[in-house]
Amino acid sequence: MSLEVTPGWYMALAAVLFVIGAAGILLRRNALVMFMSVELMLNAVNLTFVAAGRQLNVIDGQVAVLFVMVVAAAEVVVGLAIIVAVFRRRATASVDELAELRG
Amino acid sequence: MVELVLFVIFGLAAVFGGITMVWARNPVYSAMGLMLSMFSIAVFYVSNAGHFIAMVQVIIYAGAVMTLFLFVIMLIGVDKAEDRSENLPVQRPLALGLLVLFGAGVLLAGRLAWTTGPRSGGSEVNGTIEAIGDAVFRRWLLPFEVTALLLIIAAAGAMALAYFRTGEEEA
Repeated sequence: MSLEVTPGWYMALAAVLFVIGAAGILLRRNALVMFMSVELMLNAVNLTFVAAGRQLNVIDGQVAVLFVMVVAAAEVVVGLAIIVAVFRRRATASVDELAELRG
Repeated sequence: MVELVLFVIFGLAAVFGGITMVWARNPVYSAMGLMLSMFSIAVFYVSNAGHFIAMVQVIIYAGAVMTLFLFVIMLIGVDKAEDRSENLPVQRPLALGLLVLFGAGVLLAGRLAWTTGPRSGGSEVNGTIEAIGDAVFRRWLLPFEVTALLLIIAAAGAMALAYFRTGEEEA
């Protein structure tokens, strides 16, 4: 049996992971879990980058993954700081409670 | 053959971790599911010749980012069970329907020839530290410098948010 794992397989798996992350965004109301879903979607896209880079024989896919990781790390730092600041003011992490702009 | 076995095992692990993350009531379980997914994706990086980014994935994502998430979960408190009520009446069925459509569309688009055809010519990509560093410090130097600026701004912004004063302290 010579079933080769092509980059298309990795892209299909990445699509499934991306849909799971989008489901987390749409179905959950806890800001932390929604944030983790964003991370899962970013990881799925990173997997696509790596698979495409291997298919096209260029290193740039992996460099793009490195930059996405840097941006995701910066985003996590600021996002979690916002969640903690909101929690200190409102004592909740549910996004449904934050229906108004008033502090 | 080895790659197929790895793909099946860690593909199932990644999907299971993702579903656990969405499904679990307790945010700690969600974080553990996400960690499982990230480790599995690191394995896929290795099988796609991305040795350096697999290492970065484990250190930064599974290490630093998830530790930060767990710190914030502990800070906010895990005992407050999330109320699963939904304010919008048709949000859940509509969301599931749209997600199925979206997933089917992406998978159909993935059947195009450039993802399934033969690999491009030239030397095989090999993501060692030398290869990544060569690309980052030559062709990608300007984006690299811009990310340094971004990280400084993010760190300063997080510190400004951490010293957020509540209304009682200002009065």
